[in-house]
Amino acid sequence: MNPANFYALIGIGLFSVGLLGLIINSHLLKKILAINIMGSGVFLVLVALAKRAENLPADPVPHAMVITGIVVAVSATALALSLMLRVASETGHATLPDEVEK
Amino acid sequence: MAIQDALLAFPWAVALIFLPLAGALSCFLFPRIIRTLGLITSFSIVVSVVGLGWQLLEQGSYRHTIGGWSPPLGIELYADGLSLLMLATTALVGFAISIYSTAYFKPTLAVKFWPIWMCLLAALNALFLSADIFNLYVTLELLGLSAVALTALTGSKEAFSGAMRYLLATLLASLAYLLGVALLYHNFGSVDISLLAAQIQASPAVWAALGLMAAGLALKTALFPLHFWLPPAHSSAPAPVSALLSALVIKASFYIFLRLWFTLFEPVVDSETISTLLGLLGCAAILWGSIQALRQTRLKLLIAYSTVAQVGYLFLVFPLSASMGSVAWNAVAYLIISHALAKSAMFLSAGNMISFGGHDRIADLDRVVQRLPLTAAAFALAGVSIMGIPPSGGFIGKWLLLEAAVTQGQWYLVAVMIIGGLLAAAYIFKVIGYTFSPAKVMHEAQSVSATMQWPALLLAIGAILLGLLYVPVLSMLSISDVVIASGVGL
Repeated sequence: MNPANFYALIGIGLFSVGLLGLIINSHLLKKILAINIMGSGVFLVLVALAKRAENLPADPVPHAMVITGIVVAVSATALALSLMLRVASETGHATLPDEVEK
Repeated sequence: MAIQDALLAFPWAVALIFLPLAGALSCFLFPRIIRTLGLITSFSIVVSVVGLGWQLLEQGSYRHTIGGWSPPLGIELYADGLSLLMLATTALVGFAISIYSTAYFKPTLAVKFWPIWMCLLAALNALFLSADIFNLYVTLELLGLSAVALTALTGSKEAFSGAMRYLLATLLASLAYLLGVALLYHNFGSVDISLLAAQIQASPAVWAALGLMAAGLALKTALFPLHFWLPPAHSSAPAPVSALLSALVIKASFYIFLRLWFTLFEPVVDSETISTLLGLLGCAAILWGSIQALRQTRLKLLIAYSTVAQVGYLFLVFPLSASMGSVAWNAVAYLIISHALAKSAMFLSAGNMISFGGHDRIADLDRVVQRLPLTAAAFALAGVSIMGIPPSGGFIGKWLLLEAAVTQGQWYLVAVMIIGGLLAAAYIFKVIGYTFSPAKVMHEAQSVSATMQWPALLLAIGAILLGLLYVPVLSMLSISDVVIASGVGL
């Protein structure tokens, strides 16, 4: 297995770990961290797969995509954290109400 | 003639993205005249869509390479009949909601509402004009973040929790979509939809990309059973925001689904299993959403569950497109526009009833018919389109779907659509019935301004008129330069 595929598989692994974390944790901070781990996984896949062959320079386009993705992830995390603080100050705990469908 | 040529060469598509962004900035800068700025921007969007439509009618589908960099390196804007239809719906519904919002929001909320709504409008227009899957990801994120911010606007406990759940769902969906983009880019070295369509072949990576993108977009569109975030978010937002979310935002991710499915995936993958699965989920959404809507005691939750049900109808296009391509295609376009008009009318009239009575308990609507006749009429007319009674846009859409299903002998779809229509009638008449009866407890009633009543009524009348505009709408839809296997223009 070449290093590029190895790192891409690690990326898929991070994505899956993050997904699991998002589902099983109820604390909002852990959910937001899990989303960030998933994002890092996707970015790692993009960066790793840019190296198509050993003797070729890496493809710059996915790198540009990752930079765009990081900008999006930063703003999304900022929004998520501030929303979490508001949820915590309104309800007293940083979790989602379990049953809202009535 | 010189003016005409200049207007025809004007980059209306760029204006559609630039104007709302400029509007958002100026709303931040000049909060004193924020309503005027918002209204002017919304109106300029309507004008630009008319300009773009004229361009498309004269010259066929439209491409604009940003900064002169052509794909695969640069970003291209692309508009055809389907994008035009979505842009026109966005512009009209958006303009009506803007008028409504000038009266609805108090100054403290208005300074927050208008800039974010302008950002949302820019994201929607950019999304409908994007021709590459990575740009679509960026616009999806812009859309998701501004939609979440708008949901949290009222600052109540329910609004924050609903917005938080919505944000987590939308981020998860975007990441799944982005992983799909990564896989497609790695395999085919391009993110431009037309370049990808030219070289895509079935392979495990394409299957994985299809699965990830479909799951992400279905979550954003709130397809059953991924609809869990929609009722709390759509019901706790302020009324104009609920209208925007239900009418436009979920349609945006469905639009991407539709485009990717018909240009990229359907020709290469063995699509019958997946399209049947999507159809079954659509059926489940119709039944589950309608039954839940019938059980609700709060008006806005009822309308939100009705959205879950109506989204189900949209997904029936996938099993029906196999042999009846163009009929199913026209049906889904009709359903998208008529649902956008009718559902925004419903949420706006629900907003009026809430402003009027101070609550949204269905059982205590207290003779709204006599006291807010325009609003009650708007709700009833929108209901006609949601139920699918002629003559209305909803009727045409559902009739075309039924026709496709009967011709193909897909009887379970026929049965579900008929039951769904009956259930819709049940939950809408439940509301209308209570608007006639006096409540047991008397309420302090607030007056509702005409600026809030007329947009709802006009949107509802639009949903009805759509039933009579069959030919022009479909000729607009057929502007296209790609014709794919099943004979569907795209």
